[in-house]
Amino acid sequence: MQGNFITTRLNAMLGWGRKYSLFHYPYVTACCGMEYMSAACAHFDIDRFGAGWTRFSPRQSDLLLVIGTISQKQAPVLRTVYDQMTEPKWVIAFGACAVSGGIYDNYAVVQGVDQVIPVDILIPGCPPRPEMVLDGLLKLQDKIQKTKQDWRWKKQRS
Amino acid sequence: MEETAILDALKERFPKGVLETSVPLGDATVVIRRDALLEIIPFLKEKPYEFAVLLDLTCVDYPERAERFEMVYHLFSLVTNKRLRIKLAVPESAAVVDSLVRFWKNADWLEREVFDMFGVRFAGHPNLRRLFMNDDFEGHPLRKDYPLRKRQPMIQLRK
Repeated sequence: MQGNFITTRLNAMLGWGRKYSLFHYPYVTACCGMEYMSAACAHFDIDRFGAGWTRFSPRQSDLLLVIGTISQKQAPVLRTVYDQMTEPKWVIAFGACAVSGGIYDNYAVVQGVDQVIPVDILIPGCPPRPEMVLDGLLKLQDKIQKTKQDWRWKKQRS
Repeated sequence: MEETAILDALKERFPKGVLETSVPLGDATVVIRRDALLEIIPFLKEKPYEFAVLLDLTCVDYPERAERFEMVYHLFSLVTNKRLRIKLAVPESAAVVDSLVRFWKNADWLEREVFDMFGVRFAGHPNLRRLFMNDDFEGHPLRKDYPLRKRQPMIQLRK
C-alpha cells in the first residue's frame, strides 16, 4: 500500500521534472537551423518552457532536435548520435525535410527521419514558425508527463 | 570586343574542331569536336583572350540523342570581361573526355561531380572518384534512366 502510493506520485513528479528540464541537442543540417535559432533565442525564448539549455553533445542531452534535410550519407551519423544519447530520450523532427524528406523526393535524401530513429513529435513547415516549434515542444512535454516513467533503478532492486 | 569576335577567331583557327557557333541571348557559344578540346583550351587561355576562370563545368543527359551526353564548359576572361560557353557531345559507349585539371585546378572537383552524377570519365584526371555519393553507390543518379524512386540507403532503415 505504502509502496504503491509513493510510486504513483513519484511517476508524476519524475514526469514533471523531466518535461521541464529538457537538454536539447540541435542536429542542424539545413536552413531550418535559422528558424531554430529564432525559436531558441530571446525573442521567442524556448527557455520559458524549460528547454533552454542547448547541449552540443548528445551524451549530455535528452531531446534530439533533427533540424533539416537528412541525406542517405548522414543517416548512419544520425543513428550514432541517437545511440549515444542516454535514456530517457526523445526526438523531435523539425521541418518538412526531417518529417518526410520535404521537397527532396530523390535518390539522396532520407524520406523522413523516422526511417532512421524513432520520433516522438513531427513539426511540419518549411520552415515551421517558432510558434509551431513551441507548440510541438509543449505537446512533447504533455507526452512526457503522461508517459509511465522509466524507473530503472527500482526495477533492478526488486 | 564583340561576342562574335572570339567565335570568329575560333572558327578561323580550328576549322575542323569547331562544329557550330551561336550567340543565344547574347552568350557566345561554341560546339566543338570532343578530340579538339585539348587544342582549343590552351588557345583560349593565352593572350589576347585570357580565359583565366573556369566558371562551371557540367554535363547534360539527352537520352534521345545518338551522342547522349553533352559537356558544357563556361569560361570567363577577367581581361576582356567576356564569357564563353563550350559544348561537346559525348557518346555513352565511349564516355571519356580529356580532363582539364592541368589548366584549371577547380576542374578537379567539377569533373569528379560529373563522373559521380553522369558516369562520364575524364582522361588524365589525378583522382577520379565519386564526389557526392558514397563509394559503393550503384549507378549515376542524374542520368535520365536512373529510376526516379530508387533508394540506396547506407544503413538498414526502420521501415
